[in-house]
Amino acid sequence: MSRSIAVLVAGVAAVVMVLSKFIVPMESAETTVAEWFNAAAAIAFVLGGASLLKMNLLTISARGPGWGYAAVTLVAFLATLGVGLFKVGVPPSAAFPDHRMGGTPDAEGGALWWIYEYLMSPITGTLFAMLAFYVASAAFRAFRAKNAAAIFLLVTAFVVLLGRTYAGVFVTSWIPDDVPWVSWLRLENLSAVIMSVFTTAGTRAMIIGIAIGVAATGIKIMIGLDRSYLGAGAGGGNG
Amino acid sequence: MLADAADPAQKAWFAADKVPLLVALAVVVAAVLGSIALARTGRPIRIRRLAGLDAVEEAVGRATEMGRPILFVPGIQDMDNIMTVAGVTILGHVAKVAAEYDAEIEVPTSRSIVMTAARDTVQAAYLAAGRPDSYNPDRIYYVTDDQFAYVAATSGMMARKKPAACFYFGCFFAESLILAENGNAVGAIQVAGTAETAQLPFFVAACDYTLIGEEFFAASAYLSGEPDQVGTLLGQDVVKAIVWFVGLAAAALGTVAALQGPDGALQPFVSAMRAAMGGGA
Repeated sequence: MSRSIAVLVAGVAAVVMVLSKFIVPMESAETTVAEWFNAAAAIAFVLGGASLLKMNLLTISARGPGWGYAAVTLVAFLATLGVGLFKVGVPPSAAFPDHRMGGTPDAEGGALWWIYEYLMSPITGTLFAMLAFYVASAAFRAFRAKNAAAIFLLVTAFVVLLGRTYAGVFVTSWIPDDVPWVSWLRLENLSAVIMSVFTTAGTRAMIIGIAIGVAATGIKIMIGLDRSYLGAGAGGGNG
Repeated sequence: MLADAADPAQKAWFAADKVPLLVALAVVVAAVLGSIALARTGRPIRIRRLAGLDAVEEAVGRATEMGRPILFVPGIQDMDNIMTVAGVTILGHVAKVAAEYDAEIEVPTSRSIVMTAARDTVQAAYLAAGRPDSYNPDRIYYVTDDQFAYVAATSGMMARKKPAACFYFGCFFAESLILAENGNAVGAIQVAGTAETAQLPFFVAACDYTLIGEEFFAASAYLSGEPDQVGTLLGQDVVKAIVWFVGLAAAALGTVAALQGPDGALQPFVSAMRAAMGGGA
């Protein structure tokens, strides 16, 4: 029964979203449905918070691997929650200068703002910066010249990389840029051709396939044909 | 053009500039529903094997032999993202195989609704496998909504528990490579699938198998094997053939029009077609 209701809600929401694209008076319905989803997500966040507390408390009590990290997570979670809820250090708003709780929780100068600005941002930036090393290690494996396709990939990557550096421009600078039938051999031009012709063509082919796949999946969900996301028919029979 | 012909009162309720989109939508719906009807007649439809999905059993079997857990990451977006829905669908299959092998599956999520949906799916999978008692909801848990905090927690978990098989199915951004490289570092067999074209090269480089774009959305039909679902795959191929034909015809017409010059007879037609495709006149 609950699954049938979920399928009905999903189907109606999907039809409303489609109609809102074509029926002008229904344009705002898309936003309304999105707001309903956000409201449901906010309620579900309580479940998420409870799960976070439970999992970390279990890890700490069992002294499982990494229980220290679980303790740090718990302290950080509760501290941030408290700071945000009680608006610690938040300057009063212009509209309510006499009320301490009048400002927004993330107002500049508040504790929550400070946590975000001086803890979250640097840590996030550090993790993002680590991507450079991950890219290098993945590229090292991907570009091993073990067969013809890998050699082709390696050479193409080398041309694109070199063509986007000053060294690449310098190496082929002797090729005249004003003679059309040879100018494409300059590394910066070759790199641009590879990116704008071959890469774009391949990416567009993928995007068209994805768009059709998304539309077909949407239709399946809309008419209730695919209920696997609700746990119905999990696994199927083919695998 | 239709807007001009229509009554002014009609203009107010129908977005006439979206007629090409409506036509495209009608073609897709007709192709998909027509293919479903065709599949229902019992006509056999051949599906290309998807190595990534066929490898699920091998990966889960390996994890069971090694006594290590299986990690499933359903992306970092919410259930309003179609990739997350497709990811949760594949989770059902992976969880069913894990239940059959009595392997431990771990699903850290970055959205609360995804956690609840994943719990329902995994529970149903354990029930379908005849092992409802083995289902442990605590193995499907919420971590955080924040992208990099999520990747830090999941990577830490990977380093500590060393999963033997890692599955990444959903919507991913910059965290895709961090997760896949950490999985590679712990020696896990890795299968990924996403429709984020920018992340596909990273998964292809770091994972053993990758479901690329439309393959990812075909997984539900592929795994169920139901005629109705398989019919939608045929519908997708029909639409792809139409797109291929229209693209080729448009390229040929555009080339001829360009050769004719700005005053050529084909120019108005090409301009109208370009405008209909959203490219401006």
